[in-house]
Amino acid sequence: MKELWSIFVKGIILENPILVLALSLCPALAVTSSVITSLTMGLTVMFVITANNVSVSIIRNFVNPTVRVPVYIVSIATIVTVVQLVLQAYFPVLYKALGIYLALVVVFAIILARAEVFASKNNVIRSFFDGLGMGCGFAIAMVVIGGVREIFGAGTILGYNIMPASYDAPLLLILPAGAFIVIGYLVGGCKILAEYIESKA
Amino acid sequence: MGEYLTLFISAVIVNNFVLTKFLGMCVFFGVSKNLNASLGMGMAVTAVMTLSSGMAWLAYTYVLMPFNLAFLQTVVFVLLIASFVQLLELVTKKSTPALYNMWGIYLVLIAVNCVVLAVPLLNVESHFSFAKSIVNAFGSGAGFGVAIVLLASCREKLRLADVPKPLEGLGVAFIVVGMMALSFLGFSGMISL
Repeated sequence: MKELWSIFVKGIILENPILVLALSLCPALAVTSSVITSLTMGLTVMFVITANNVSVSIIRNFVNPTVRVPVYIVSIATIVTVVQLVLQAYFPVLYKALGIYLALVVVFAIILARAEVFASKNNVIRSFFDGLGMGCGFAIAMVVIGGVREIFGAGTILGYNIMPASYDAPLLLILPAGAFIVIGYLVGGCKILAEYIESKA
Repeated sequence: MGEYLTLFISAVIVNNFVLTKFLGMCVFFGVSKNLNASLGMGMAVTAVMTLSSGMAWLAYTYVLMPFNLAFLQTVVFVLLIASFVQLLELVTKKSTPALYNMWGIYLVLIAVNCVVLAVPLLNVESHFSFAKSIVNAFGSGAGFGVAIVLLASCREKLRLADVPKPLEGLGVAFIVVGMMALSFLGFSGMISL
């Protein structure tokens, strides 16, 4: 049990996919101009990475190692297509907001990396928790970035006005350039946090 | 002719994929530590992107459309690109080892790169003709090359600079790209398609 917990928790800060491993940055920049799109993308990736880890760990003993990468890609692409169709049917507005980035979940490095590094060598339960933890870390980082950009860039959170009327929101944060700069400082912050955790351990 | 030139320039500068659409980030930050590597990467991306966009267009128009399978486009394009990159790797290894030594390691990285998949998808979405798809892909690749070479030259200089400890490496690279994106914003509105 303790072991599963440590597999789960390492994805959140120490090996955070976005802020520490610097994988799958495209969505972290592109769809984080508001909290709701960040959250949807975060949950989508969390689902895909967990489902893919499970399916890869089930089939790992039957797949010839030389063709493993194409097999993983097909598995990921199938799961993503399913998510895409579901979102399109039930949440058409969010589907539109995420646009092409939803289809691009297929090529997120973090998903393939977890399949290759973890799921292809571990059993189903461990792979499930690894995917869940990594997905969780991804979703948290997305929401933090989206939160900073929405609160300070637009003065709202989840669409509700929270800043006083005199607050003059800097447009920069909503622009592409703002995304890069916010992530730059968050990467620094995450480094300080990780060092603090390690020095205590 | 003019139409194609506009499309090309808009893909390189105005709608630069890296700086305005945030695609290809993993490679963009991963391989931009030195100038030579980034130059090689830029060229490899351009070549793969142009050729695979052409193939994807053919596959979409002559296979997926007639059989009403457009919803499979993501799966098909990914496989097409991955297998094409593998093929390209084998061919260059045998026929032009010099080129392979320059590109080889990057080719594997490109196989699962979002920008290479995004361009064919966007081409299909905007109903481009075959020639336009190729021009757009070539311009997008060149734009990626310009951005990665610029970033690599900045990072080579940054190595000598005194950066606050937690921001060293990745953190400051992001901030520099932020500034680059800001300056490329000056081009927006210059060309409207």
